[in-house]
Formats: sequence, structure tokens, C-alpha cells
Amino acid sequence: MVTILVERKKTISKEQIESIAWLARIEISKKELELFSKQLNDILAYFSKIDEVNTKSIPPSYHVLDLVNVLRKDEVKPSLSKDIFQIVPQTKGKFVKAPRMA
Amino acid sequence: MPSYIELPAYEIVKRIKDQELMAEDYIASLYERIKKVEKDIHAYITLTEDLALKKAREIDKKVKQREKTGRLCGVGIAIKDNICTRGIRTTCASHMLEDFVPPYDATVISRIKDEDGVIMGKANMDEFAMGSSTEFSYFGPTHNPWDLGRVPGGSSGGSAAAVASGMATLALGSDTGGSIRCPASFCSVVGLKPTYGLVSRFGLIAYANSLEQIGPITKDVRDCALLLSCIASHDPLDNTSVDRPQEDYTKYLIDDVDGMKLGVVKEFFGEGTQDSVEKGVLEAITKLEELGSDHQEISLKSLQYALPSYYIIAMSEASSNLARYDGLRYGYRIPNKSYDWSTVYSKNRRFGFGFEVKRRIILGTFALSTGYYDEYYLKAQKIRTLIKRDFDMAFKKFDVLIGPTMPILPFKIGEKVQDPLKMYMCDVDSVPANLAGIPSISIPCGFSKGLPIGFQIMAPPFREDLLLRVAFSFQKNFPVSAKLRSYE
Repeated sequence: MVTILVERKKTISKEQIESIAWLARIEISKKELELFSKQLNDILAYFSKIDEVNTKSIPPSYHVLDLVNVLRKDEVKPSLSKDIFQIVPQTKGKFVKAPRMA
Repeated sequence: MPSYIELPAYEIVKRIKDQELMAEDYIASLYERIKKVEKDIHAYITLTEDLALKKAREIDKKVKQREKTGRLCGVGIAIKDNICTRGIRTTCASHMLEDFVPPYDATVISRIKDEDGVIMGKANMDEFAMGSSTEFSYFGPTHNPWDLGRVPGGSSGGSAAAVASGMATLALGSDTGGSIRCPASFCSVVGLKPTYGLVSRFGLIAYANSLEQIGPITKDVRDCALLLSCIASHDPLDNTSVDRPQEDYTKYLIDDVDGMKLGVVKEFFGEGTQDSVEKGVLEAITKLEELGSDHQEISLKSLQYALPSYYIIAMSEASSNLARYDGLRYGYRIPNKSYDWSTVYSKNRRFGFGFEVKRRIILGTFALSTGYYDEYYLKAQKIRTLIKRDFDMAFKKFDVLIGPTMPILPFKIGEKVQDPLKMYMCDVDSVPANLAGIPSISIPCGFSKGLPIGFQIMAPPFREDLLLRVAFSFQKNFPVSAKLRSYE
């Protein structure tokens, strides 16, 4: 019996890049789209190297430490002062000024 | 040129405490040096001369009045510009944070202030620490002090170049996939990535939190142990900070590797390793054997998958971490007021971020999206388990593991910047330590055609003592002479 392995080609289309960029809230220009399309596909082609590894029964390591549920005591500590508003680009009174919702 | 810009930190501290040297004179001489060479090297984004001189005068006064002074008494330190400094702008080398002045100090900065260290300024880096050459800085590249036409490595290139060129005595960098060790190797200085969880990340502007650590970049191994002792402590403000007793790492500066078992990792000498680098590192291993250690080759098969796994994980975490930059609460915001919410958000991020940051956010978003999560992100995290297991196995046989820090010598500015994949390949030897969370130190072992070569030593988690011992023994018996250049 012959098993034919059809490798799923891992590519990312321009439409996909545009849609992902929108999800990530990054507007991209036509020029960037052209550039990224080539570069991102090269990178994805390289990433497909990991397909060689059988990881079926291997658990993921999201973290290298064994720490679980690290909590702090519920104590009042000094917090940031109102000066923090100095870093806000646009304010109105004591509020952060945001654009209107669509 | 006054000679104390060439002195290591422990010598400076001793002289200031003994009143042989005024902190103010020494700090002023560092700024003299900066005025001479910074135009050629561009190691800094922001200089804080007035603050530094003021602090130096305070220290001189304390010394004179015989008050207690800290372990970094008067020493000038460059801080990578992704570490928050209260009242000093912290840009992450990004247009997005060009005017960001943090309202608080990172924990490592509080520790340095407690120990009477003096902040010289904020060091250049790749934007958001994404890069291996410091060319991705919004403020322009840093130049390698040993060859101004070449890169200093990255992403902590400014920190390493500042130490190597005498513009700071110590520096802090951060290492997500080699960002301390790579520039340390390229600039012929010492750089240590601590065990994950040893040094607080509170106030470090996040790129990939499960991988990164702040660590020292120094002229020699003794300074490295000194600075590590000052910054390594449990911090309740960082939930991944491990609660361990504080240590004085300088007690591990022992010139003795007799009987130690060194594992030479075969995969670190793989395809793409330059002959001169391989030769330099193998010579270093022979020298360590002359000192009484034993070495054997070991193969860690999973390491061939470390680089793609690292980039998938780092990009995924980056896409999530950098979602906070909306330009509304802080950061770059476009002046136009008529757009709606999503448009403003998207434009702030279009103009606020550079190419490399955008590439990583987009690919990271892709790797985490429905339908692709399993084959990229989850798969990479599983390979991470295999890599960890391989290291665990290796450390049953060996005390430490050794290999080149970088597969290549410092490359020319502009050589790789147009081809992201070529740039990523530089990190092939440095990312395994981050994936496994283990400590790794890069120390100089020589030069080839005037360009520095470094090698790295890796140890099991929280065994920084072993790294320092091997590195110290090597440096003491086979010092690499690296004279400061005048650039005139």
C-alpha cells in the first residue's frame, strides 16, 4: 500500500495579511502589503520546519517556572499620582479624550 | 584621556569609597568621553548628564561624611531604553514612545539607585527589542566600537557599545532571544542572561514575557557578578519573580574548574557557523581543558527546531503585549481629530511602529488565530518542552554546556536589514537558553581580523554560580586584551 503525503502549503495571501492587519489594528500601505507578502511567506516557509517533529503526546510548556496562582496580600500601597495625566496625548479636563466610536 | 574610564566598576567603587577618586570627576570624565566618541558610535538615545552629576555630588558628600554607601557607589551605568526610569523618557527606540516619560521606576532601577549607581542615560536598541543588530531603532543604528561600519549586535546594542567604548562602566540590557549575549559577543564585553524569574521584570517594557530577562553587560566577569548581585531579588510586583534568598554572586568568582564537566553542544556548530568563530570557540574549550576541566561532545537533537519555535512564540506574545499601544492613554497619537475609534487606533499603530515590529505583530496575530493556533503556537510550545527535556538530560551528564554565542562575526551595517529571515538566523545559538529558561553568559575569547568572538556557557536553572566560576577562571587565565580606541 502506498501512502501519498500531501503537504499542505503554508502560505499567507495578501487578503489574509490585510485582514490580520485589521484585526491587529495596524493600517498598512500598498507598498507595505507588497513587501510583507514576500517576507511573511518566506518566514512561514521557514517555520514549517517544525512540522517534521512528532509532538503528539508532548505537553506544551507555556512557562518554564512551576509557579501557580501567585497572589499578593490585599493591602493598600502608594499608587501613581494625578501627574500620570501628563503622559496622555489628548485630554479634556480630568478625562482621556478618545475618538468617537464608529 | 583619564584612565578611569577604562577601569572596571569594582575598582571605581573602591577608589570612590576610599576617597581616592571623586565620583563627580569620574562621571564628568565619562561624559567627556561621550562628547568625543558618541557621534561615531551612537550608543545613547537620551543622556542625563545633569542628573548624573548631581547624583555623583550627593555620593561624594555621603562618602565624605562617612555615611553608608551602596555596592555600586558612584558607578556610571547605561540603561537599555526599554527599562522604565521615572522622570527620564523611555522610548523603546520607537516613535510610538518617543515622548513617553514613565511615572515610575522599574524594580531594577530602584535597586540600582539604592546601591548608589549613577544613571548615565538611556541606551539605543532595536525597536521594542526586536532585532539582532540595533539597526531597527527609530533613532538610527548604533555602530560597533571595534569597526564603525559594522553592527554592535542587538537588541541591547547601545548598552554593549557604551561599555565597550568607555561611555559607561556598566550597563543593563534585556535578553528575549539573545539580546544581551549577542551584543556582548559582538562588542567583546561580558553579558549574562539570568535564569528566568531571577531578576524582576517589573518596569521592563514587555515584548515576549515568557522568555525575557534583564541582565548585566560589563567589562569583566567580576563586574557581572557585582551587578547581578544588586539586581537579583524577589519582587512581589512581578508575579514570575521567584522567591529565593538573595545572594552575593561575587563569592562564586573562583579560579578553579578542575574536574568540571563541560558539554560541547554539537548543534551550536551547525551549518552557517563561520570557521573563524568555530576555531575561536574550540580554542577556548581547549584552554578550559588546560585548566583541568573535561569536555565531551553532546548532541541535543531538538535544538534544530529552537529557532522557528522561538520566533513563533516570541511573535505571538508580542502581538498580544503590543496591543496596549493604542495611542490614547500614552504614546504616539495622530493629530487628526475627525476619524473614528478604529481608524485612529490603526493609524496610530501604522505611524508609531517600525517595519520589524509590524511584521512580528502581524505574524504573531496569524499564529494565534483560529485554525492556525494548533499548528504554530501550540506546536512551538510543545517543542519547547522537548528542548527543556534535552537540556535536563544534558545537565545530568555535564556541569555546564558550551558553544559559540553567535554563529558569525559582527556583520556590516545594512547587510541583513532588508531580509528579516537572514537577521533571525543570527539568533540560532542564543534562543535555546530563553526557551528553556536557563542562565547563559557570553564572554570574549578573542578576535578574528580585528572583530570580536564570544562564547557562551549555559547552566541549569539558578546555577549562575557555575557560569561565573567557569567564566572567571577563563578570563583570569586567558584574558582577552581589548584596548579602548581613540577614534581620532
